[in-house]
Amino acid sequence: MTQPANPPTAARRALLAATAAGALGVLLAPGIHLIEVARAATPSTGADARKRWGLLIDTTKCATGCTDCVDACQHENGWPAVPTPTSAQWIRKIEIKEIRTGRSASVPVMCQHCAEPPCVDVCPTGASFKRADGIVLVDRHTCIGCRYCMMACPYKARSFVHEPVSDQRPDVPRGKGCVESCTLCVHRIDRGESMTACAEACAKAGHHAIVFGDLNDAGSEIARRVREIRTTVLRADLGLDPGVRYQGL
Amino acid sequence: MTHPRSGLAAAAWLAPKALGVVFGLFIAVCLQPALAGEGGNLQPTIQKATKGERCVAEPAVMRRDHPAMLKHQRDDTVHAGIRGAKHSLAGCIGCHAGAQTGSVAQAPGDFCVSCHRYAAVTIDCFECHSGKPRAVALKAGP
Repeated sequence: MTQPANPPTAARRALLAATAAGALGVLLAPGIHLIEVARAATPSTGADARKRWGLLIDTTKCATGCTDCVDACQHENGWPAVPTPTSAQWIRKIEIKEIRTGRSASVPVMCQHCAEPPCVDVCPTGASFKRADGIVLVDRHTCIGCRYCMMACPYKARSFVHEPVSDQRPDVPRGKGCVESCTLCVHRIDRGESMTACAEACAKAGHHAIVFGDLNDAGSEIARRVREIRTTVLRADLGLDPGVRYQGL
Repeated sequence: MTHPRSGLAAAAWLAPKALGVVFGLFIAVCLQPALAGEGGNLQPTIQKATKGERCVAEPAVMRRDHPAMLKHQRDDTVHAGIRGAKHSLAGCIGCHAGAQTGSVAQAPGDFCVSCHRYAAVTIDCFECHSGKPRAVALKAGP
């Protein structure tokens, strides 16, 4: 004769009752309600080491005189709208011309997010660092403002903040005495967005000259374009393996 | 037998003491209004949180350990990109921003400033970080 299935059923009933009680929001433990468990912060997973964020800039589409990417970056990150010779500037437009042929191009230049960043090598405090996903940043909590990284950067991508700052953007803390540069809109990436402010503004203006994406994701537009089209990096001779690539230079 | 001058000596001994006591009382009475300022309480006036019913930890724990909590999480956030965890500065600001200024660190009565001023602690969080909740700061614009 087979055993009746009573004990397991009873156990299952107890489990179901407990689950139902929990779902109805009664006490799980003294002082803890389900609603508080639900409201508890769920932190983001953080920088993913499998990714390598980068930009592809198509200089054949970048319009001379257009500064939409620069303006968008300035608005997004809150650096001075009217730059003085010493104020911070995270992205700037460079007009280049080949003297022999007369061909000119307009190129936005920002932090190139090198795989081998010289700014990180020289930083005496470890404030200049590279995230797992390839973004090169300054930790302002440890930056002492020595500006050694500014000297080391071959792209002149970093700026020093000389004056006190007020009314910072909530996502982008900035202050006097620290070095700063393009963060590849790290606050957006950490929120799960897939567009930097500069790329967004460029697309909005109809130029589509800036593509942002994961260079390691073979299916992404940036990886496909880099695979199919000849692109160059600035100062390739230095072997820094920048995450920003240029097309048509 | 008592010395004829002993009464006089006692008076001479007592006089400065009595004067001292009277002077002490006078000083105490004079100082009282000054000491009794802010409702007779020397403790800082802490604004109640504008929203949220309960902090991330008990008040006694928060008073002692909030610097360590913030410091630990800031490294996770800046270096590892982990955002929105339990002990974020944005979380503090979200609940504790003052009703008048909309900030935790603008006016002397704002949440962070009131206590740090009392404890003579100089923090530089808000030399870089916005002291306003995200929605308020975004509305105000740069």
